Amino acid sequence: MKVKMLSRNPDNYVRETKLDLQRVPRNYDPTLHPFEVPREYVRALNATKLERVFAKPFLASLDGHRDGVNCLAKHPKSLATVLSGACDGEASVRIWNLTKQKCIRTIQAHEGFVRGICTRFCGTSFFTVGDDKTVKQWKMDGPGYGEEEEPLNTILGKTVYTGIDHHWKDPAFATCGQQVDIWDEQRTSPICSMTWGFDSINSVKFNPIETFLLGSCASDRNIVLYDMRQATPLKKVILDMRTNTICWNPMEAFIFTAANEDFNLYTFDMRALDTPVMVHMDHVSAVLDVDYCPTGKEFVSASFDRSIRIFPADKSRSREVYHTKRMQHVICVRWTADSRYILCGSDEMNIRLWKANASEKLGVLASRERAAQDYNQKLKEKFQHHPQIKRIANHRHLPKSIYSQIQEQRVMREARRRKELNRRKHSKPGSVPFVSERKKHVLAVVK
Amino acid sequence: METVPRPGRGPQSKKNKPQAKRKKPRRYWEEETAPTAAGASPGPPRKRKNLELGRHRQKNSHSSKKSWLSKKSQFPRKSQEQKQPGGEKKPGPQRSLSGFQDPFPGPAPVPEEVARKFCRIDRSKELPHSLPKTRSKLEVAERVEEEISAKAARSELLLAEEPGFLEGEDGEDTATIRQADIVEAVDIASAAKHFDLNLRQFGPYRLNYSRTGRHLAFGGRRGHVAALDWVTKKLMCEINVMEAVRDIRFLHSEALLAVAQNRWLRIYDNQGIELHCIRRCDRVTRLEFLPFHFLLATASETGFLTYLDVSVGKIVAALNARAGRLNVMAQNPYNAVIHLGHSNGTVSLWSPSVQEPLVKILCHRGGLQAVAVDSTGTYMATSGLDHQLKIFDLRGTFRPLSARTLPQGAGHLAFSQRGLLAAGMGDVVNIWVGRGKASLPPLEQPYLTHRLAGPVHSLQFCPFEDVLGVGHSGGITSMLVPGAAEPNFDGLESNPYRSRKQRQEWEVKALLEKVPAELICLNPRALAEVDVISLEQRKKERTERLGFDPEAKVPFQPKPKRKGRGSTASLVKRKKKVLDQEHRDKVRQSLEQQQQQQQQQAKPAGVRLSALDRFVR
Repeated sequence: MKVKMLSRNPDNYVRETKLDLQRVPRNYDPTLHPFEVPREYVRALNATKLERVFAKPFLASLDGHRDGVNCLAKHPKSLATVLSGACDGEASVRIWNLTKQKCIRTIQAHEGFVRGICTRFCGTSFFTVGDDKTVKQWKMDGPGYGEEEEPLNTILGKTVYTGIDHHWKDPAFATCGQQVDIWDEQRTSPICSMTWGFDSINSVKFNPIETFLLGSCASDRNIVLYDMRQATPLKKVILDMRTNTICWNPMEAFIFTAANEDFNLYTFDMRALDTPVMVHMDHVSAVLDVDYCPTGKEFVSASFDRSIRIFPADKSRSREVYHTKRMQHVICVRWTADSRYILCGSDEMNIRLWKANASEKLGVLASRERAAQDYNQKLKEKFQHHPQIKRIANHRHLPKSIYSQIQEQRVMREARRRKELNRRKHSKPGSVPFVSERKKHVLAVVK
Repeated sequence: METVPRPGRGPQSKKNKPQAKRKKPRRYWEEETAPTAAGASPGPPRKRKNLELGRHRQKNSHSSKKSWLSKKSQFPRKSQEQKQPGGEKKPGPQRSLSGFQDPFPGPAPVPEEVARKFCRIDRSKELPHSLPKTRSKLEVAERVEEEISAKAARSELLLAEEPGFLEGEDGEDTATIRQADIVEAVDIASAAKHFDLNLRQFGPYRLNYSRTGRHLAFGGRRGHVAALDWVTKKLMCEINVMEAVRDIRFLHSEALLAVAQNRWLRIYDNQGIELHCIRRCDRVTRLEFLPFHFLLATASETGFLTYLDVSVGKIVAALNARAGRLNVMAQNPYNAVIHLGHSNGTVSLWSPSVQEPLVKILCHRGGLQAVAVDSTGTYMATSGLDHQLKIFDLRGTFRPLSARTLPQGAGHLAFSQRGLLAAGMGDVVNIWVGRGKASLPPLEQPYLTHRLAGPVHSLQFCPFEDVLGVGHSGGITSMLVPGAAEPNFDGLESNPYRSRKQRQEWEVKALLEKVPAELICLNPRALAEVDVISLEQRKKERTERLGFDPEAKVPFQPKPKRKGRGSTASLVKRKKKVLDQEHRDKVRQSLEQQQQQQQQQAKPAGVRLSALDRFVR
């Protein structure tokens, strides 16, 4: 007879002293872990609920401006520094320190509105344009003791400038107003100025990858693309309504997103402007500003409906909406360079700091904490399509104004759809074509 | 685990250096060979069947560890030797810049049998027809799943314990081996696991082991209830409830104890203090606890199967089995379905979310005596008053796989973690064993038999110990059954050696991931499968989302006409006209369809008929 009994030595399973860690032998045999799918599902449900519980995105409000914040700029080298320009005539540019959440410098830059602000790529100076027809260059550091606050350079123009953007590598910048002007930093007259049509241009943006490219949008509903190396514009696309601003994708050189007055955002491929890659719909009022996440996967948009929304670049619906009771029309928005925070400046004189990921825990994470977070993230992904989980994950509380607007617009959209259906039904087959949502809004592409 | 020797560290002498350089790298299962005996190497690796591998594993890993240590002492000399040859070294094909060559290129091999155990994907099923984007996502998910199972299979190597076994010498029948022989042959610690409690006073006993296998609770018919840590033989509580005890069961941890008494169900803590008296569960005969759902299933004399959620104290469902007195019950540990045996020979499978049985199986002629389900949820053993013992397949077909008539019907059945089947017949316990883990036990020759002091009243294998607990009229017997239990427990799931702190932590986690009772169904993995949404459901959802049905046909409403022609009669006439037109269209369409179908059916008439076609329905 040969016999062996299962006989464990407790020393192998129990810790020796109280100072040791507990021993946890593992066996991944599926029969020892029954109900793995239902248990994972419950875990995913819990994780989703917790995510909503911890979704507290609002971090801080920076107040100090005397009027609505008109423009924001990120510092290219320092994560903690941000610049803002306001609509008031006095102390209209402020530089903020985000870690201290304090204004560290105020500059009386222009008479009237500050229309645009941009930093130089090296971070040593910045440019502002204002209603007083001037472009001013300022040092990033404050003046020494006893010195007066003075711009490095001042350029007096003939017309009002409405926007400015700096080249990403060269000492050149572009302004817009009646025309798009490209300036060398050393000269007081533009290198070249380009126009296409006669209307005021709202904003101009340099492409961060193909740095010679720039895009502008004008009041006559078009978006124009330019190449800095030649003095003429490349092509333009005309949309249904006015585009307020555009933003280039920092990862894909040929993609840009336009914030439009018709409540939508349009992501275009520069090479094929006749159909937008994606129409992003969720806002219920004009979209005023848009900025991409540094990863190029998402962007944030600011709207007149007093909310900001975060869209995945390849989805037509937003994943997140931020609003507070006090936040009024949001005029400008920026995604910080570490891709973790969002800044927005609004009508009621405040700059607000938000987390980009609403339920993210700030601060140092222990390795176990991080592991648990990653695991929960994966579970949420795995079960995201289950109705119970989807319902919880997608629910957002909206202010009454936005909520009722959404309902109203749904009714309007439905009525339009029904009318089209009826029209199609009662006319010759084929005479009322089906037009996709993406093609509906593009009027023409001109080269 | 240091098993792979670096080639640079091999124990070599100067003499056979060129030979040694090209020496085949040693696998962990090969014995280390002295350089002189290089020619007479032990040959190819042994059988790589995982069961056998398991048995040899520990020994080999020891030897390799030893050899690695001995090599370490030779290491400095070895490095000098390597420097000498210098230029004459031929760079091998896979050699890197540093001269290091991977002796085992590619990923570590995964034994196929082990990998199959961890495989969760059914390769035979095709992916549902879907858009390319979704499809690629599904494919990626499958690939990840496969990778994970391969990794889990590789981790099998790290398991520390091996299952027990009992083998007779040539021609010796293991069934003739008595408990006393086994006790004599095994070590003291194991021998101490065999004991008898002589409790003749309080009548036949029901017993239950806790999920960790550390604690034992038993209740006698005449009211004796006790709980003890049976390994250390430390008594936790002992009381007499002064009422008949029908069944006893631990709840999720050893701190709570449910006792089915004559009238009501009561819950005690581990000091014997009565915590709850649940009057909604009365005249309970059998108890089952579903640990992941925190449900206590009770079967009563009145014919009700009641599910009690013990975490919140609510009755989740009370199902009327409509089959009279219920006194045979078992749970399927794989999917938490409750199996009830009835006096008409059927077994019905129940889930709390469904009022009717999920499945009804006619198993025996005559009433059911006992039901047991194995831990993988594959087999169900039943015994009936017709003295038959049958094993059923639970994977969809519900057909008997094997049957045997016993001289005396088995009154109690129990499966062990490794698939051993125990049956109590009168005062004899028979145990049958399968060929591998979780394989079907052939019912011909028992593996072990044992005669007790009185008729068996309850049977349960202790989890994670090679022990079978038998409650009988003379008390409790703890039998030694080598090879019954899973040797390697998972510390996060149920740890016999857990401390109080660990238990508390585990309890919180377990409560947080309590599976809702609605998720109990025959296939517990159904939740992870792709839900191929039917057209109808999709339409319904769309209607719900939009608030109206976009494809619904608006009933025709004639416009009122002016100038005196808008009489109600003409309106109705016009309405009727349109309706008739639609009706005519419909009839015409259906007629056309019928014609088409007839044509299609007529087609095979042209093919030559075979004589056998008359049997085709």
